[in-house]
Amino acid sequence: MRIRTAGVVAAGLALVLASAGCGGGDEPADDKAAKTDGGKLVIWADDKRTAALKPFAEKFGQANGVTVEVQAVSKDLQTNFVTASQQGSGPDVVVGAHDWIGNLVQNGAIDPVQLSATQKSSFNEKAITATTFNGQIYGVPYAMENLALIRNTELAPEAPKTIEELVATGKKLQAEKKVSEILCLQVGQTGDSYHIYPFYTSGGGYLFGTAANGDYDPKDLGVGKPESIAAFEKIKALGEKGAGAFKRSITGENYSATFTGKKCAYMVSGPWVVPDVKKANISYDITPIPGFAGGKEAQPFVGVQAFYVAAKGKNKALAQEFVANYTTQPELAVALYNAEPRPPALTAALDQVKGNDPDLAKFQEAGKNGHVLPAIPAMAAIWDPFGKAEAAIVGGADVTSTLTGAAKAISGQIK
Amino acid sequence: MSTQLAEPGSDLRTPARGVARRERPVTAAGLLTKAILLGLVVAIAIWAAMPLIDAGAWVGLAVLVVGTVGLCYLYLTPRHIPAKYLVPGTLFLLAFQVFPVLYTASTAFTNFGDGHRGSKEDAIVAIQTSSVTQVPGSTEYALSVATTGDPATGPLVFLVTDPTTGVVSAGDTEGLRTLSAADVTVAPGGKVTAADGYTLLNFGQVNARSQEVTDFAVPTSGGAIRSSGLSRAYEGKALRAYDAGCDCVRDTVTGKTWTADADLGAFVAADGERLIQGWQVNVGLNNFARLITDSTISGPFLSTLVWNLVFAIGSTGGTFVLGLLCALALHSPRVRGRNIYRVLLILPYAMPAFAMLLIWRDMFNTDFGLINNLFGLDVDWFGQEWSARLAVIGVQLWLGYPYMFLVATGALQAIPAELTEASSIDGASPWQSFRRVTLPLLLVALSPLLISSFAYNFNNFNAIHLTSEGGPFPADNSSVGATDLLITYTYRLAFGAAGAQYGFAAAVSVFIFALVAIISAVSFRRTRQQEEVYT
Repeated sequence: MRIRTAGVVAAGLALVLASAGCGGGDEPADDKAAKTDGGKLVIWADDKRTAALKPFAEKFGQANGVTVEVQAVSKDLQTNFVTASQQGSGPDVVVGAHDWIGNLVQNGAIDPVQLSATQKSSFNEKAITATTFNGQIYGVPYAMENLALIRNTELAPEAPKTIEELVATGKKLQAEKKVSEILCLQVGQTGDSYHIYPFYTSGGGYLFGTAANGDYDPKDLGVGKPESIAAFEKIKALGEKGAGAFKRSITGENYSATFTGKKCAYMVSGPWVVPDVKKANISYDITPIPGFAGGKEAQPFVGVQAFYVAAKGKNKALAQEFVANYTTQPELAVALYNAEPRPPALTAALDQVKGNDPDLAKFQEAGKNGHVLPAIPAMAAIWDPFGKAEAAIVGGADVTSTLTGAAKAISGQIK
Repeated sequence: MSTQLAEPGSDLRTPARGVARRERPVTAAGLLTKAILLGLVVAIAIWAAMPLIDAGAWVGLAVLVVGTVGLCYLYLTPRHIPAKYLVPGTLFLLAFQVFPVLYTASTAFTNFGDGHRGSKEDAIVAIQTSSVTQVPGSTEYALSVATTGDPATGPLVFLVTDPTTGVVSAGDTEGLRTLSAADVTVAPGGKVTAADGYTLLNFGQVNARSQEVTDFAVPTSGGAIRSSGLSRAYEGKALRAYDAGCDCVRDTVTGKTWTADADLGAFVAADGERLIQGWQVNVGLNNFARLITDSTISGPFLSTLVWNLVFAIGSTGGTFVLGLLCALALHSPRVRGRNIYRVLLILPYAMPAFAMLLIWRDMFNTDFGLINNLFGLDVDWFGQEWSARLAVIGVQLWLGYPYMFLVATGALQAIPAELTEASSIDGASPWQSFRRVTLPLLLVALSPLLISSFAYNFNNFNAIHLTSEGGPFPADNSSVGATDLLITYTYRLAFGAAGAQYGFAAAVSVFIFALVAIISAVSFRRTRQQEEVYT
């Protein structure tokens, strides 16, 4: 027995040595690689962008003698990035929406990017405003997006000038049994703050006032103010108990299928839906979202997709180089446009692709007077209560008490 | 009764029990398996030790070493037979049950969440780094990083070119010195490609010293020249600096100070303004207090709890009754094609619940849903309290009864037919024999399953989150809906759109854990009593 035990010990030791040998063999090799070719730049992006980024990342790597790895994070990119960077296992560069900035900054996850005056001027002004937070530019924008009215031109040849005109046409089509819905605008059971926002602004409502430096001021909350109540009264009149243009049964999952199934003549959505519409062979046109008659202009949110430098990345100098000096080149913006048709934020890139794609100019026109989506952390407190208040009001709830409740919930969350 | 069922098996085994167990011979295969498994354990330990050593986590390393040595000793010694069986399970219990519970419980006393994730040092670094701004009107330089010594270790020098004048300067920690044009070669973009007395670093070499380069600043009168990437430099200035003396952050331009508040985990100015980068602090019982004192949370808490119980009992009880009925129907030998029916009944169980829940959600859609269209209804299913509750329980019924059918079928087949035959000879009606003989026997076997199913449904997050999302919500309160379970409610409080609040979520989790534990303990106790009655 004793001998056998010794045998086991020997075999175990041999395995240990073998495994240690493997481990030991790997480690120095990595170190050597780090010394000779400058390590590995890791970029996190979502699936679609990963594919477009890869060739450019490789080119950047080859030109600079480093390895660049683009990793696809298909779900909860922002949360995963914050958690990973906290644990020190995050990427060097991350690609995402600009309204993440407030949260990423408060968690110390990203560093500011210093752009030269020439670089700044090569971007759409709104894109730079969007990525500026507390006076610093935190990301390099590459694409912009906003909502517009997409219209089935067979059903509704004329672009409506007001929402009332849209509803009238929709009702006529409904009466003629050509469509079943007036407008395909996603609401769902829990509402959708992003999609209702243009109508909210047209009715006179606002979310946050503006501080002296041009940033949104979280202390001046517009929800619950008389203007917001007036705006939601108008929205309610178009809701389920009113004209029936806004409905909770139209959700993020079915709105585009309902439009492509020709059950509605109008849809409010962004550039991401255009491929579906094209695939369905629908003759369509894109126009600005109409406002209420006699009301203000309907202003959609303008969002920006951007590249960020991770604050806790291991290759910060290289990441800064990639983000500040490489992603500012139009070729990359064009390639990313080809991966998903959102208007490029670089003016040069937009000019390059605009000729082949008239939709881009139309989306841009629709977002010309849009509001930059607030990136302040306080915005996080808006989404849920505001959306649910919207859903309740669309369903016929009392406007004043609903909005007062929402305002209370929102201000309770803002520190 | 249960002893009777177990008897055939134990009969066979009894003789072996009397004889003292002889030590089993050591076989080559057994030895090899042992060696491979222990080798694996050691290999995993070594793999896990590397990051621990890197991070300097010596306590963790000590636990790892003691654990590994202990495991090796345990399986190499012929003694401690019971421990050989018990230790793996205990280890897994510690790793996957005890540790998460302790971790959750300890998180419940902190303000861990967005804006309060890291340490104070992290927050200070983040505040200072993000306050570095370009000096207005300052020059943008083309940059080459060089050194006067070895590329990997020598002191760094920034060779910067002024784009307007073309003047090349060398900057180090002392300041900026102009270099004579004859000593340097400048590429068309303004970048220095060679300089006398300096070794230029390529991108790879620079990046290997990434942190040094990022931190490197050449002092100037207006601020400092810093790198922006590897090919550009700018003159920047840190606007905010931490002062350890007053434990505060000071703005160098406006002079405003934000003093550290150890209770909040944030820097707060006299006017109440907070810097957004905070850190994690212990908040004691605050999270638990919030559960009780915050009226938007404590108000609906009780009604949510009641609905949670109704949901768990309703879906467990409903599926059990339905599953049992199906099982009884198909247990009768008179039914033809029983196997086909059984396969059909199990089908919902074979579908991924995740996808099915989403499909059900769409079927309940007011305007486009199958249910309203099929029956010509116009019910706003998820828009009204009771219809939404009915809908989610209905979906649970559909998803859950096949499981109950399966286990009930199994348990029914284990009950000897003689028992019911005997009771019918004694003059019992079929209902009486089911009520008095079959059901009690079934319950003995199924009670633990029912309790675990109850515990599962009590926290059935997917069932609610993927269908009604907790809705409908009262118009004036968006935090809790009519179909919200405690778990979906917690999820929204903690991870909802308003940013992650892990500390608070942990506090609610601890509460839910206590609740489920008490309910389960009480039920198991009752089951045991019941068993004693029947045996």
